[in-house]
Amino acid sequence: MLNKIGMLSGLVALLLAGNALAAGSDVELEPANNDVDNIASLQRGARNFMNYCSGCHSAQYVRYKTIAQDLELSEDQVVNYLMFNAEKTFETIQVNMPPESAKRWFGQIPPDLSLIARSKGTDYLYNFLRGFYLDPESPTGVDNLFLAGTSMPHVLWELQGFRDAVFERQAGEDGATTSTFQGFEPVTAGILSEEDFDGFVRDTVNFLEYISEPIRSDRRVIGTWVLMFLIFFYIVASMLKKQIWKDVS
Amino acid sequence: MSDADDVDRNRRHFLTVATAVTGGAGVVMASIPFLASLKPSARAQALGAPVEVPVSMMEPGAMVRVTWRGKLVYVVRRDDEMLARLDKTDPLVRDPESAVAEQQPEFAMNQYRSLRPEYLVVEGSCTHLGCAPLAEFQVEPEENWYGGFFCPCHGSRFDLAGRVYKGVPAPTNLRVPPYRFVRDDIIIIGAEPGVA
Amino acid sequence: MARIESEIGTPKGGLLKWIDDRFPLTSTLKEHVTEYYAAKNFNVWYVFGVLAMVVLVIQLVTGIFLTMNYKPDANEAFASVEYIMRDVEWGWLIRYMHSTGASFFFIVVYLHMFRAMLYGSYKKPRELIWIIGMLIFFVLMAEAFAGYLLPWGQMSYWGAQVIISLFGAIPFVGDALVEIIRGDYSISDITLNRFFALHVIALPLALVALVFVHIVALHHVGSNNPDGIEIKENKDENGVPKDGVAFHPYHTSKDLVAIIVFLMIFSFVVFFAPEMGGYFLEHANFEPANTMATPEHIAPVWYFTPYYAILRAVPSKLWGAILMAAAVLLPLFLPWLDRSRVRSIRYRGWIYRTALALFVVSFLMLGYLGVQPAEPLYVLLARIGTVIYFAFFLLMPYYTSIDKTKPVPDRVVYHAE
Repeated sequence: MLNKIGMLSGLVALLLAGNALAAGSDVELEPANNDVDNIASLQRGARNFMNYCSGCHSAQYVRYKTIAQDLELSEDQVVNYLMFNAEKTFETIQVNMPPESAKRWFGQIPPDLSLIARSKGTDYLYNFLRGFYLDPESPTGVDNLFLAGTSMPHVLWELQGFRDAVFERQAGEDGATTSTFQGFEPVTAGILSEEDFDGFVRDTVNFLEYISEPIRSDRRVIGTWVLMFLIFFYIVASMLKKQIWKDVS
Repeated sequence: MSDADDVDRNRRHFLTVATAVTGGAGVVMASIPFLASLKPSARAQALGAPVEVPVSMMEPGAMVRVTWRGKLVYVVRRDDEMLARLDKTDPLVRDPESAVAEQQPEFAMNQYRSLRPEYLVVEGSCTHLGCAPLAEFQVEPEENWYGGFFCPCHGSRFDLAGRVYKGVPAPTNLRVPPYRFVRDDIIIIGAEPGVA
Repeated sequence: MARIESEIGTPKGGLLKWIDDRFPLTSTLKEHVTEYYAAKNFNVWYVFGVLAMVVLVIQLVTGIFLTMNYKPDANEAFASVEYIMRDVEWGWLIRYMHSTGASFFFIVVYLHMFRAMLYGSYKKPRELIWIIGMLIFFVLMAEAFAGYLLPWGQMSYWGAQVIISLFGAIPFVGDALVEIIRGDYSISDITLNRFFALHVIALPLALVALVFVHIVALHHVGSNNPDGIEIKENKDENGVPKDGVAFHPYHTSKDLVAIIVFLMIFSFVVFFAPEMGGYFLEHANFEPANTMATPEHIAPVWYFTPYYAILRAVPSKLWGAILMAAAVLLPLFLPWLDRSRVRSIRYRGWIYRTALALFVVSFLMLGYLGVQPAEPLYVLLARIGTVIYFAFFLLMPYYTSIDKTKPVPDRVVYHAE
């Protein structure tokens, strides 16, 4: 019996090790360490999202009303501080920019962000938003360490400042050169310190994770109750089973 | 039969009942989410949001049709002469004071069945089987007809306040939806009165 | 025997008698519930059949409610799933139950099948139960595959693309067959529409019918047990097997406990880890299907990965597909491949025990390798796993006939608590 349990727990561990999330870079991702139960962080993230992201990116499955309820904001607060492209709180987060112009300006339509945290993972988003560096050859003037050739400009440049990326180029044995990332070097200063900027991005990513599954914290609460009920049911049912099996010798 | 057997039997009976009750409660609780999922969704609620109707352009005696939550709603601007006819239909209708509570908000439980006598707002759905009644505001040609709504499906008749005539298939007055005035010339249908 | 009432409409002996005169209610309940005798020494492996039924019910009920809100249309499918997740009250729960249920269906069914291999439940006279069970497994695979396309995410689309392409490996008719499955020149709205029809109507009907037949066959020959002993051969004066206990209340009370434990694990996943680290709900499936770009890392859902690993282990499209199909079909022949004189592993020799252990290891390994990228070491391991998998079945007639078995007792081994 014991080694059966060992086998099963080994299997579970294998499963929980997780299916790797895709990331387009060899540079290791720093953990985002965001906390979706931190309402204050989510409120800041909502403000960041609305001011810096929602100009180009929609979150077409997310209703303002839901945000108001979950982030403990009054509907008036949402209307006054978060709703730029909508009139009613039951509307979803849409962009004003027509898709054709988006395509002309950026080469592609900026993706909807409703589920981006579930498809890409928060760590990736946290690193991506902090991974821009100057690249004179790129049409936007910047490239990204975690998504090479991205068509997204460095929207947060005012806050972070511009940076250069330092690569060490090495000639490989087969003659091809490989470059390894060494670090960033600041070129212009941003409004925020590095620490504050990381916090800014963390809040934003936190909000993205929240909108990817607004029900998340509710389901855990409900789940706890369900499990407690099942434990009670288990106790009663196993007592009955024992009682009935007394007949059997 | 020994005492021990009796104890066992009682215990078994008790445990059987306890298990059945717990299991039954579990089934009932588990069914709640499924039943609740049948309610109008957030999208349905968004699509069913209150509708604003500007009434400043309406001529006296005119009617506009709007939809709210997919339901047909008639807005009629009644002049004094039309309102005066309601006195004549008082004895002809089944529920002259609109006493059936669920047929209208509290503010419309009166002869006019409206917030302001001038404007009638009723759902265009016959209380018999849901056909859309036709607006027939002229007094003639029939006897005892002082203008109102006539349902072509089964011949139910309603007066100019949507009150049902006696002796027709429809059982109750036309339903008045919740509404209020945003300004003097804009009615918002679907909004509870008094809510900002 | 039922006597036909001469006075119509006056029930004598109550409603139950009225029904019994017209429908074999009491006798059916007796035969299949209160007087169906199964061995008293059932262990934990014997709960997975009833758990499979529980999952089937969960899938049917949640499926009906999902169908009320889902739109089988390439332009709307993805959004309609998110609509269920966000706008429909409790829709998220219903959807997570369904997606988690799909994975648990396979967990439970794999364990149920393994039970049969442990205790020789497929051996005479239960060959037909086993074959019907395998048919259930095949339909279940088709059902899961069709269902996986419906959310119309990246994995839905590209997973279906890969699996359907497999049929193209069949010589001569392959390409035509693939077009018939898709109903189009590529996977499209048309494919989605027909997969929806299969997933919500055709395959569930087949599933329910097969499960019914599975149980009818089981109750006809009686359940096996961990000792592999025919309990019907040892009856008391009333004709009740001495080692048997009535299905109700003995096995029902036991099964209820098992069901509750199962529901605990199930609820834990539904409420606390519905993605299960990307195995139950794959990350890439949160992106709508994009016909222009394949996800970087593509793998089928975990329950198909052992077979997928076999497919990839073979460096030929045709042979890969053939071996994969063979791997799925081979267990069907177990009743005839197994030449052992005894049923239960308890009385088998070391050879079968070793073979079964190797088989389990190879199956788990293949399952793990199926989600890994196709790197040289992994391909090598997958080939070793494939060889073991096939050797287990193909060499079975030989090694089970030379395996030294122990004597089987007359009565089951049971110790009352």
